[in-house]
Amino acid sequence: MSVREIDVRYVAHLARIELSPEEERQFGAQLGQILGYIEKLNQLDVNGIEPTAHAVPMVNVTRPDEIKPSLPAAEALRNAPAQANDLFMMPKIVE
Amino acid sequence: MLHQLTISELTGKLTRREVTACEAMEACLSQIEKTDARLHAFLSVDKNDALAQAAQADAAIQAGASFAEQPLLGIPIAVKDVIAVKNQPLNCGSKILGKYISPFDATVVAKMRAAGAIVFGRLNMDEFAMGSSTENSAFGASRNPWDTDRTPGGSSGGSAVAVAADECLAALGSDTGGSIRQPAALCGIVGLKPTYGRVSRYGLVAYASSLDQIGPMGKCVADTAILLRAIGGRDPLDATSVDEPVPDYAKSLGQSVKGAKIGLPKEYLGGGLDPEIGQAVQAAVRQLESLGAEVREISLPHTEYAIATYYIIATAEASANLARFDGVRYGARVDGGDPIELYRKTRGAGFGPEVKRRIILGTYVLSTGYYDAYYLRAQKVRTLIRQDFLNAFKEVDAIVTPTTPTAAFKLGEKSQDPLQMYLNDIFTISCNLAGICGISVPCGFTKYPHLPIGLQLLGKPFGEETLLRLAHAYEQSTPWHRERPPLQR
Repeated sequence: MSVREIDVRYVAHLARIELSPEEERQFGAQLGQILGYIEKLNQLDVNGIEPTAHAVPMVNVTRPDEIKPSLPAAEALRNAPAQANDLFMMPKIVE
Repeated sequence: MLHQLTISELTGKLTRREVTACEAMEACLSQIEKTDARLHAFLSVDKNDALAQAAQADAAIQAGASFAEQPLLGIPIAVKDVIAVKNQPLNCGSKILGKYISPFDATVVAKMRAAGAIVFGRLNMDEFAMGSSTENSAFGASRNPWDTDRTPGGSSGGSAVAVAADECLAALGSDTGGSIRQPAALCGIVGLKPTYGRVSRYGLVAYASSLDQIGPMGKCVADTAILLRAIGGRDPLDATSVDEPVPDYAKSLGQSVKGAKIGLPKEYLGGGLDPEIGQAVQAAVRQLESLGAEVREISLPHTEYAIATYYIIATAEASANLARFDGVRYGARVDGGDPIELYRKTRGAGFGPEVKRRIILGTYVLSTGYYDAYYLRAQKVRTLIRQDFLNAFKEVDAIVTPTTPTAAFKLGEKSQDPLQMYLNDIFTISCNLAGICGISVPCGFTKYPHLPIGLQLLGKPFGEETLLRLAHAYEQSTPWHRERPPLQR
């Protein structure tokens, strides 16, 4: 079984996860092994095979566009780490 | 004693007014008091709320409520920590949700309440349902009641332990790659993963949306049948739930299984299968034959690709689903100078190692240049795996396999090697990829140490009725489900 190199620091940044240097090293080795195992799928010829996104063939499930009661603002904000004026508070994005 | 009963036994006693729901609930709470410091099935239990619900059930019974209309009236049922219960904590076995309190009930919870159930407790699990041992819980592992040095399996390990140790009458779990069936097998109980779309997932925290299903875990097949009927059906709040009729599953139990055609896939009997498990499954096959079923060998040729396929599709979906845990709208926030730093620090501090690994793997397989090689290819192999099953089901009504390659392993034995842990899921994973239903029932014990073995039956899409009937016939003709774990040591 081959071991693949993966740039863990870069991918973790894409996933917005801060890692310690120790985690980067450890995950790099473990994910390399897992990706090596996954190479198994290259043994199969998948030409002309349709991909399955979803096991039950249902498409375009719609509902009538009607106004219905939803979670009140106070309830939606109940678990917010920071809030003010019925809004979630965040660090400034635009100067 | 009341905590040791099955749902139908307790319903009988409640109907005859021999006992009250409060007494049953108190029996469960006192069992939790006695055993859970050791087993750690529960993350929390709101005793007052549980007893208040029990009192309500008793009042309803006094007022003449109908058990036919409310088949779970007065039955204490515990819930995995990934399913929302209004005004109760919800952590998904993770630190990242902080002191989150659910503002609403999941549809399955609302349905159980409508059926009269006492919905209580938060059951331990691998963080965000990622794992096979509960060792990935941020709150510490649960322990197997048959041997407390061993894992109960996972991710619904807390649910399996609570049922096996009689801390509740039944429980709900969720199953993305075996998370109901594997712990059920390792703890000696019954666990059912319904067909994709059978049960609403509104209020289930998403891990891999094309694979996740909620399902019942119980002390016997009949209890899972009762519970599935209560929670199943189309829900306008979950667009993936399917509008198929929900039969009265318990009613068809006890019908003969004579002439039922069962397939035994040759790919499931080789490799890393423990010989003792193989023997137990062969004996179960002979038992099914003696009940009148016809067993024939079949082939599911793409079995060996299931784990690789799963760990691409599930992690890809997880990387998108878990993006919502960013410290903005809920959960434990770690502040940063700008939003990106806030996200990175919050997620770095809040997620445990397995969740980080899977999000990173999922992000990688979806990233530019790798999408076709990994994700698209895995989706195509998924088609082949699904085809294997649909072809097999042209010839047979159900498929019989071991649930796990080995009995419960020791805590710590595989936790340092993620790939070894993944390979343990070989027999349960294909079912989710194919979107079919599966059940694990006890089928014996290993000799030394004395640990439960699970038999898995797989059924056609929306074929739960046949599956339950077969599992019930097997269970009732064998002694395994009656044996209880040795809790006092």
